[in-house]
Amino acid sequence: MRHLLGIAGWRRDELEALLDRAQAHLPGGPDASHVLRGRVVANLFFEDSTRTRSSFEVAARKLGADVLNWSYAGSSVSKGETLLDTARNIEAMGPAVIVIRHRSSGAPGLVARHVKCAVVNAGDGAHEHPSQALLDAFTLRQRWGRLDGRTVLIVGDVLHSRVARSNLLCLKALGARVVLCGPPTLLPPGLEEMGGEVTHQLDAVLPQADAVMCLRLQTERMSEAFLPSQREYSRLFGITPARAERMRPEALVLHPGPINRGVELSPVVADGPRSVILEQVANGVAVRRAVLEACAS
Amino acid sequence: MTTVLFQRARVIDPRNGVDGVRDVLVTDGRVAQVSQGPLPAPKDARVVDATDKWLVPGFIDLHVHLREPGEEGKETVLTGCRAAVAGGFTGVVAMPNTKVVNDSALVTELVLSRARDADLCHVYPAGAITKGLKGEELSEAGELIGAGCVALTDDGRPVMNAGLMRRVLQYATQFDVPVMVHEEDLTLSAGGAMHEGATSTRLGLRGIPSSAEVAMVARDLVLLEETKGRLHVAHVSCEGSVRLIREAKKRGLRVTCEVAPHHFTLDDRAVGDYDTHAKMAPPLRSDVDVKALREALVDGTVDAIATDHAPHGVSDKLVEFEKGINGIVGLETALGLTLALVHEGVLTPRRAVELLSDGPARVFGLPGGHLAPGAPADITLLSPSEEWTVDAHRFYSRSRNTPFHGRTLKGRVTQTWVGGRCVFEDGQLKESR
Ligand SMILES: [Zn+2]
Repeated sequence: MRHLLGIAGWRRDELEALLDRAQAHLPGGPDASHVLRGRVVANLFFEDSTRTRSSFEVAARKLGADVLNWSYAGSSVSKGETLLDTARNIEAMGPAVIVIRHRSSGAPGLVARHVKCAVVNAGDGAHEHPSQALLDAFTLRQRWGRLDGRTVLIVGDVLHSRVARSNLLCLKALGARVVLCGPPTLLPPGLEEMGGEVTHQLDAVLPQADAVMCLRLQTERMSEAFLPSQREYSRLFGITPARAERMRPEALVLHPGPINRGVELSPVVADGPRSVILEQVANGVAVRRAVLEACAS
Repeated sequence: MTTVLFQRARVIDPRNGVDGVRDVLVTDGRVAQVSQGPLPAPKDARVVDATDKWLVPGFIDLHVHLREPGEEGKETVLTGCRAAVAGGFTGVVAMPNTKVVNDSALVTELVLSRARDADLCHVYPAGAITKGLKGEELSEAGELIGAGCVALTDDGRPVMNAGLMRRVLQYATQFDVPVMVHEEDLTLSAGGAMHEGATSTRLGLRGIPSSAEVAMVARDLVLLEETKGRLHVAHVSCEGSVRLIREAKKRGLRVTCEVAPHHFTLDDRAVGDYDTHAKMAPPLRSDVDVKALREALVDGTVDAIATDHAPHGVSDKLVEFEKGINGIVGLETALGLTLALVHEGVLTPRRAVELLSDGPARVFGLPGGHLAPGAPADITLLSPSEEWTVDAHRFYSRSRNTPFHGRTLKGRVTQTWVGGRCVFEDGQLKESR
């Protein structure tokens, strides 16, 4: 049993082994419906995310597991039950793995310290979203073979993004160069200490990128005065068809979804030949099967 | 009253310029004689062999949350006083942000009456600046001070309204008490859970920039200059604040400040893996700030070490980091953490003692803080090099929220004397009943 609380703490060879396992879980691979047969995977979602929850659910079922879906809506949490109360109650039902999505950074780690089963972080606050980073790396590896020497540009709201943090750690661990780009109000201090390079000039770095990873922009960032408007954001940091033209011919575009079409990413690019967005979704299931398998064993 | 003779102690009494081996005689609750040569023991005197011990003025903590009235499950005046004397403190200033705020003589009298019942150390209540700590109307400072309050503060919250802050600084000049401030611009700290820096970025926690504190210190120094009042800045945590206070002192402003042991011992990396025991307000800052605080302790910019003793229950801390309540207990670890700076060569023994006793006494104009003949016999006797391991489960405080559990500290209180009575000795309380 091992937790997946974040990419932090995992070595390169361990991450690669996990990605290699995911390879075997792609459609057409060997039947794995016995791997978790008779065991329970509990999805604890304190924050709505149909995509991630569905992806974990499909992954668990394909491994033969029974899935227990618990969601915040209508739960006793609203009546004052603490996170640990909830987790211990779920634990009493004997799951092999608890998958947790929570709006507070560190929440899955807190649970992991107080339960006996494995815990998988399905996104916590602005901390980490490791399975997303793994599926992104998997998708890039599928195209490139190796990530060494490649430049990945992460564009947008890094401050609030768990996807950005996990990807920065994961891509760096696998040998890529990572450049983070966005308005100064959305790039927190200390990203260099995590191995990233920081810039606010998208057009200057765009031609260096082998892949551009767009982050979703939340509309509340305008009311919180991180930004003046979506319009200005889109003008400075949106991946428009004109910008896509200036990218390297083979450069890829990724997005964790759901997309604000026309804000961080134009529909033409999202649906165009550079886009690997649907591959990301498909690979997500394979990667999460590998994660559940590794954590449950 | 017993007569006590301490023999061969290393007496460190900064106010009176004493640092050397002395015999100290205590009669009628006061210091009677401090002698370079051996003193004869009066008949019936208790004789304490203080060889290799430091005998220093009893410590005074300007910043303690006793939680009574209202949150007696976390601490009471009695349990807080027990923790205080176990930590070598003979006096504590009780913050008014209890549940029933100390904004009236009634609450002040309740705290003082509980303190008399406890009968362990001096408790000096601080009264609220504003009614109910709401930051809207001034509380009746005259009544509060008349009832025994030694300072005015809305601690726990800043006074965000600059106009009101200006008024209280003016108003308090007629009583000559300090206005103690918790400096935090809430528009800058909003949503923040820890210091803004590389660690908050790594953990994905909203950061509290240093400017949240420094900007308010700057504002209040401007108001102080204009009003000619007395300002005491509580729990200073960062470089920018000490720089402004140092400058203001040079210009002759009546500003004083305190630093908490956790702020000069730990930096924001102590949050580690979302450890809520490292969550406090102001937050643990950067290593650069820690260094600046240490320099300010040495050069006199800081007047006092104060613990901001903030007891909380286990369930307040065993939650998501963002939900965790701010604050740690500090009375029983303050001496060891302060002496760590002596053992590291940062502070001289004399300066360390000054920051714990004479400094705080002067800041709030409290009795004690020194050992000249006639001074109250509030005395702390300590073994400066004795090592011990912090065990939160053995605290006299009712709460256990400390990031220092398991840490080995050097320097331990052996006896605490208040008004000539031994209230704590060799790890045991000596309660009057
Ligand atoms: Zn405070």
